Amino acid sequence: MTALLAVHELRLTYEARDVLRALTVEVKRGEVVALMGLSGAGKTSALRAAAALQRFHAGRIVVDGFALEPGPVPPESRLRPLRRRVGLVFQGHALFEHLTALENVTLALTHVLRRRHEEADEAALQLLGSLGVGGRAGALPRQLSGGEAQRVAIARALAPDPALLLMDEPTAALDPARRGSLGRTLRRLAAGDGGREGRGLLIATHDTEFARAHADRVAVLADGVVVETGSAADVLDRPSHPATRALLADGDGPTAAQNSSS
Amino acid sequence: MIHSFGFATPGLLLAAWLGAQGGRGVTLLWGGDAEGGAPFVEADPADASQVRGFDVEVAETIARGLGRHARFVQVQWSSIDQSVERGDFAIGLSGVEDTPARRAHHAVTVPYFSFREVLAVRSEDRGRFSGLATLRGRRVATLGGTMAYDLLLAARDSLDLIPVSYDDDVHPYADLVAGRVDAVLLDHIIAERALRRRAGTGFVIQPQAVAVGRYVGVLANPDSALRDSVDVVLRAAMRDGTLERIFRLWNVWDPSQGDLFRRVAGTALPEPTEAIARSASSVWAYLPSLGRAAAITALLSALSMAVAVVVGLVVASGRVYGPAPVRAVMTVYVEVVRGTPLLLQLFVLYYGLSGLVRLPAFLAAVLGLGLNYAAYEAEIYRAALEAVSRTQLEAARTLGFSEAQILRLVRGPQALRYALAPMTNDFVALLKDSSLVSVLTVVELTKQTAIYATNIGSWIVPGMLCAVVYLAMSLPLARLARGLERRWSAA
Repeated sequence: MTALLAVHELRLTYEARDVLRALTVEVKRGEVVALMGLSGAGKTSALRAAAALQRFHAGRIVVDGFALEPGPVPPESRLRPLRRRVGLVFQGHALFEHLTALENVTLALTHVLRRRHEEADEAALQLLGSLGVGGRAGALPRQLSGGEAQRVAIARALAPDPALLLMDEPTAALDPARRGSLGRTLRRLAAGDGGREGRGLLIATHDTEFARAHADRVAVLADGVVVETGSAADVLDRPSHPATRALLADGDGPTAAQNSSS
Repeated sequence: MIHSFGFATPGLLLAAWLGAQGGRGVTLLWGGDAEGGAPFVEADPADASQVRGFDVEVAETIARGLGRHARFVQVQWSSIDQSVERGDFAIGLSGVEDTPARRAHHAVTVPYFSFREVLAVRSEDRGRFSGLATLRGRRVATLGGTMAYDLLLAARDSLDLIPVSYDDDVHPYADLVAGRVDAVLLDHIIAERALRRRAGTGFVIQPQAVAVGRYVGVLANPDSALRDSVDVVLRAAMRDGTLERIFRLWNVWDPSQGDLFRRVAGTALPEPTEAIARSASSVWAYLPSLGRAAAITALLSALSMAVAVVVGLVVASGRVYGPAPVRAVMTVYVEVVRGTPLLLQLFVLYYGLSGLVRLPAFLAAVLGLGLNYAAYEAEIYRAALEAVSRTQLEAARTLGFSEAQILRLVRGPQALRYALAPMTNDFVALLKDSSLVSVLTVVELTKQTAIYATNIGSWIVPGMLCAVVYLAMSLPLARLARGLERRWSAA
């Protein structure tokens, strides 16, 4: 089975510093992959490059058959096929502040996919409902809690039905109970349900507990390369690389991270 | 040059103050408008710090007769009455007309010069437009706040002609030749001077005078004792030929001056000029014209703001989205417009470009104000567009929107929230700046108030009325701006 996302030898330089030197990672359909690393390891840059928001300097990114080459980000008109295939959930959700939760989800449906308004509303409400925020459809982003806003952001990214979903630090704003619930949701999205095909999920996180509980595979990023990869249990329970051990020591679960930072 | 000016001003002020303080016995401060030019008062071509003209010599004659030394004070012609009451100088002399309103509110000397209100028309209209009655439905220009303007206002009601008021006496003739107006009604001295400047071409002066008036000196109301002394000096100067010599020297002597002298020097005061005696003291009489002027101010401001918003959006989009050459052009536009006075821009647009495109005054006013404010609007919109966070735009891109859709659906609506409050503030500022377009002959609220104030000789009631009308328009806007700011900053 070919990968939904294939990142090969990605080099990405930012302000004369190699953020990524030779990142190689794959995500298959139905798979949840955790891209792990300490802050500043380049996790976000990798997601942004895969979502064609950021130029890269060498290597290759293929998303469901659509190839991105090194160099400046192509104009939006050439990225249409990619945009249909990839959804990105930003850290801090980045919901459109002037629109309600429902409008955030329907906007791409009506203006990019040209669905009729009633049809878009119905699809969006169903999506919000399946994520547990159907009751907040009329709220503005600033009226939502962190967890609600994130679920709306996931619904927005899922609305065009992308095969690949990229998520940047999805647990950052969540309490432990909500993390578990989010993890189960992500598993469901990856597996596919109700006759829907499964998706691939690439999740940038430094939350080892979340990765251990919900990811199929883990790739640990350090010094711009993946230093260790394998099943979540293999990598996180028997770390072989110092960077993985540092990651586990730094934040073995959210509670420890909170305690150490306070 | 700027430095030396800045340095010189306090010195001049000090000199004027010393003159005013110590001068009661030695110095006679007299006010006039050197912008009025020859032969009344003009800056001396040989020494620009000095003035010359027949009014200058009349002032010197009066000063000599009073045993004083004349010292000139520059004052805007339309403000001479207010300025003399404030005590800026003792006597105003600068083609000041003898009117009932002036006599009612100030101490006025005997008349010392007789002038004719004459019509100037384009040469080809010589046979058509011979008097006011032949100008039904036509635009007739004059200097605002003059007897001629009062005559035209009366003729508006009785003859249905359209008075057009100017702030100076040069542009009415320029606009006559350019075809913007069909006639100019002004003092014969001014008309003849304008004709000389054009080397006798472009227009003709109709021989039949529309009315006759007289120039007087004007003093503050409580100064009637000084006025009586001045009258004695003037009468003596009429009898001993001093005034005639002055008028001949300046080439303004004609037999009617002799008639005036005989009457004035021989008898008591002649009746004041029979200018149209409007019921000057009644506030009610002015309310309709103030209402009309307020409507013009409101309409002018609304249309100008519409121009400013549309052009501002184009300029801001160019600066944010355009390629380098477009950005450069837009930046130059913004900097030039913001860096030069609005008044200068209005003059250039209306008079400077009249050879290329002859804009009607109201249209020129709307365009001038609109294009000026467009530069400020553009900066507001640019800042607002740039204030929308990058992440919002990136989120939109990942969803597959085109750049145009992002602007329309995400960036624009969010920028609007940042822009609305400063836009409303700009609209309030524009409302008040619209008073500047009176230099283009548009009679809006402030101009109408000035005319009213000149007529009744006081700024108190007209000034308060005018302020109330401006506030009635601007305060609701200011409230709206504050409300919007509160609502959207509460996020």
